Amino acid sequence: MQGLDFSVIAPELILLAVGMLMLLLELVIKRKEYIAVLTLIGVLAAFFAFNIRGGDFAGLFVFDAYSYVFKVIFLINLSLTILLSINYMKVKGSSFGEYYSLLVFSTVGMMLMVSATNLLIIYLGLELMALSTYILAGSIRHDKCSTEAALKYFLMGAFSTAIILYGMSLLYGTTGTMDIGKIGAYIHYNGLAGNPLLLISMVLFIVSFGFKVAAVPFHMWAPDVYEGAPTSVTAFMSVGPKAAGFAVFVKVMLTAFPSMVDNWSAIVTGLAILTMLVGNLVALAQSSIKRMLAYSSIAHAGYVLLGLVPASDEGVLGIMTYLFIYMFMNIGAFSVLILLTTQDYKGDTLKDLEGLAKTHPFIAVIMLVFMFSLTGIPPTGGFIGKFSIFMSLIHAQHQWLAMIAILFSAISAFYYLRVVMYMYMRQPEVARPDTGISDSFALRLAMSISLVMTLMLGIMPQRLIDSMRHLFRFI
Amino acid sequence: MVPLNWYIWLSGVMFCIGMFGYLTRRNIIIMLLSVEIMFNAVNISLVAFSHYLEDLTGQIMVFMVIAVAAAEAAIGLALVILLYRNYETISIDEVSEMKG
Repeated sequence: MQGLDFSVIAPELILLAVGMLMLLLELVIKRKEYIAVLTLIGVLAAFFAFNIRGGDFAGLFVFDAYSYVFKVIFLINLSLTILLSINYMKVKGSSFGEYYSLLVFSTVGMMLMVSATNLLIIYLGLELMALSTYILAGSIRHDKCSTEAALKYFLMGAFSTAIILYGMSLLYGTTGTMDIGKIGAYIHYNGLAGNPLLLISMVLFIVSFGFKVAAVPFHMWAPDVYEGAPTSVTAFMSVGPKAAGFAVFVKVMLTAFPSMVDNWSAIVTGLAILTMLVGNLVALAQSSIKRMLAYSSIAHAGYVLLGLVPASDEGVLGIMTYLFIYMFMNIGAFSVLILLTTQDYKGDTLKDLEGLAKTHPFIAVIMLVFMFSLTGIPPTGGFIGKFSIFMSLIHAQHQWLAMIAILFSAISAFYYLRVVMYMYMRQPEVARPDTGISDSFALRLAMSISLVMTLMLGIMPQRLIDSMRHLFRFI
Repeated sequence: MVPLNWYIWLSGVMFCIGMFGYLTRRNIIIMLLSVEIMFNAVNISLVAFSHYLEDLTGQIMVFMVIAVAAAEAAIGLALVILLYRNYETISIDEVSEMKG
């Protein structure tokens, strides 16, 4: 019987402690910036508490290379979001200490989820993540859009949770265990791959994760939620919960349903193609950049789903590389939007960017890099992410899928580069109201980290890929 | 003894009723209740499976589901109050600031 090795869950415990401590400190500290800084220190501590040797906690929770990579993604995502939020929430008049606690709790949920080897822990992690994010989406309480976003996110989330729970109960009923490894083995040895209850449960899992990662046709909530939520929370949601959803989706499909790979691989292929199609085409018609980025994030979910189709190690590695790079470019793009938001200026439509290259040339260049990267143009990280997924497809003899994906990438260039066109080639009809930009040190820091990482991962991707391969050999 | 099949059918039918309610009703509180029905359908099937498999895991899961559903309801109702303050309605059809 395995012992309880607390060093395995040390980062989660530290973050939980930090989150609860911040709830208390919120009552005494009046300047919320201090809370943000303290939270960041806690995140740093959690980062150093990672137990690189691996190991597991009572067989429910395992720390391996797979979960390590995702946990690093979640912690970086959390730190960048905190940096983005400090000034933005003040500008929006909703600077509360609980905001940072909720970000931390949500991240703990994600970390639990990716490490879980048991359906019960997956469920609890999922709910911890989701419940905190519902509140975050509605954290600008006086704003109609924010409330609407929170409500839609909540209704969709509760529904998809009920669906995944039903899938879990059917899986438990047919196999008699909650451990996903044992479920996979049970299905394999008893030749249950065609069992109708198992098929239903597999479909329920796919539907529910489809909701979580906003894959078409389960995406209708995403544009409204991403547009209405505070921009900093949108940046957080479009990376963290999405990456966590993918992490668990891949893990459940590959560990619990490996003998049914033909069944789910076909469904996932269909979902991926639909997701890329709808995401990219509808993004063409958007005039709000925030909404366009929402559809672009749907389209990116389509590319990531493709990595699951070959059900190979290379595909999984591609998914992780993609999500790692996607985090920097996506948060970077949102940070530019945050920079342009001031008290009385929303600054998130295409028109607002007209002539930005004249008034703020430096910001325009940064936005240009992120847009190039999201399109997947070579010297930037976005290219490497797409490349690694497409290569895994080609190696698995899915050339035509890779072709389709490249075609959709080409379509996406239209709406990303349109942003660049508005910044550089258009002049505003009425001069931009000189409201300035909401500048702050933290925001600049987050933006430069994203910028440097996006460029560095594009120019020298070998480091990232090598270190991921290295990790997989070791743990 | 009641056969396992009956429980599976009961939970399946309950789940579908909940799903139907969620998809057709426009009042947010009714939608919340529909989701609760779905959760309880899951609970029934978990307890039934747990009983017939003679394994306690399913029943432990049910406790977790009940606890989390309570937390979920608390957040949901808080959001409904927030919604009512901002919009003075709780019909999902009238809540549409964003289009596109």
